[in-house]
Amino acid sequence: MTELERIFREEYGRVVAVLIRDLRDVELAEDALGDALAAALVAWPRQGVPDKPGAWLTTTARRKAIDRIRRERRLEELLTHLENDEPPEDEGIPDERLRLVFTCCHPALAAEAQVALTLKLVGGLTTQEIARAFLLSEATVAQRLVRAKRKVRAAGIPFRVPADHDLPDRLRTVLAVIYLVFNEGYSATGGDVLTRPDLMAEAIRLGGILAALMPDEPEVLGLEALMMLHAARSEARTSAGGELVLLEDQDRSLWDRDQIRRAIGLLDRAMAYRRPGPYQVQAAIAALHAEAERPEDTDWPQIAALYGGLAAYQPTPVVELNRAVAVAMADGPGAGLALLDRLPLDGYHLFHAARADLLRRLGRRAEARAAYGRARELATNERERAFLATRLETLA
Amino acid sequence: MQYMLLIYSTEGDGPDDPAVLERYRAFGEEVREAGKFVAGGRLRPTSTASSVRVRDGELTVTDGPFAETKEHLGGYYLLDCDDLDEAIAYARKIPAAERGSIEVRPIWEVPVRA
Repeated sequence: MTELERIFREEYGRVVAVLIRDLRDVELAEDALGDALAAALVAWPRQGVPDKPGAWLTTTARRKAIDRIRRERRLEELLTHLENDEPPEDEGIPDERLRLVFTCCHPALAAEAQVALTLKLVGGLTTQEIARAFLLSEATVAQRLVRAKRKVRAAGIPFRVPADHDLPDRLRTVLAVIYLVFNEGYSATGGDVLTRPDLMAEAIRLGGILAALMPDEPEVLGLEALMMLHAARSEARTSAGGELVLLEDQDRSLWDRDQIRRAIGLLDRAMAYRRPGPYQVQAAIAALHAEAERPEDTDWPQIAALYGGLAAYQPTPVVELNRAVAVAMADGPGAGLALLDRLPLDGYHLFHAARADLLRRLGRRAEARAAYGRARELATNERERAFLATRLETLA
Repeated sequence: MQYMLLIYSTEGDGPDDPAVLERYRAFGEEVREAGKFVAGGRLRPTSTASSVRVRDGELTVTDGPFAETKEHLGGYYLLDCDDLDEAIAYARKIPAAERGSIEVRPIWEVPVRA
């Protein structure tokens, strides 16, 4: 990424948010900002990057928007409103990105539209970058974005932070969108690489923006901490050959200790609010893993208890699966298997992988082989499939 | 902008319980007092429906609704709301939202020339 591209991506969300507020039209705001970025590409290499690139882009984009409105001879009252408005002072651009986040993650939009809009408008990614990250064609992403922007306008989705009584529900959607972006980076659902570090970094950056905009929401901090803790271990999660390495086999010297420390700092700040939530609990679990010097130092009883707490927020079989694995570590594979066998997860490859592992530890090799085989049939990621095949071979 | 709130529920699951009828009455009063109410009404059952089609200038009238589905359009409110969030806030107060569902559709705005 060039220096200018980096600045453009950093400034995009902030500038486009102000423009959407003033212009009340997502497409016009994006077009005007596109014009301004094109102007910057010409001007900045010659005159140098301005001290406040965001202010420069905002002012230029507003002028470009006025040009466009004039050209189209429409929205005449809007034109008066814009012309009478003071142009933004250097330090005076308000941060409207929080409204933008809530508009992009409005529950009336489909999940994939929420993700695409958030990455495009708040994250400043190009359509091409989003397409590459999600292994979709550029045309598909472009169409998704156009449809979503049309729905925002036609259905009257507001550009506003929700009222207090709606905020907890709406914030949950925002956090889910960011975590979805992260998870697609952390464990790619398709293709031949296990992780997409760009997407993880982008999700963490979005989490950081949200935490700065809503500093008193412990779940936002919890999510940021959770993503940082996972990302801190991602280097050790694949071998030199790109194979998946399980937590207990990872080279812990590859973990990013500095990032772990910062994440735990965030988590401590979050927990001081005494308003626990599912992201804080998951971050606490990840922190216990990250703090263990060696696998045998892991505080499994505490982790099993935290999964029990998580199940209260998210009573899903997948959470129960993780709890069963932690119980197996704390109280032995037999206790874990008893919990596991009650779960309705026959179509989920990680259920069979976990079962296989417990059966292997109990010395029930034939059943373990069958379970690894089933896991491999169900896995979609090539690297995971290869890993499961290796496990099968060791039991042959 | 105007939103059509289409009430879908299982046939025969209409508001005949006096307590539910009272909630509809209160809702109607609330949207009228807030100046949001444009129109609204309860539809008679689909057994009273007739479907009209014209093909090549030829009229066909058939008995029954356009589509046979489990959930039927049972009534509607046309409300004038500031934005989708406000329309959703009203939709959630309609008693049928708890058993069936309310489809919220913006009305296509035709620009009025001054």
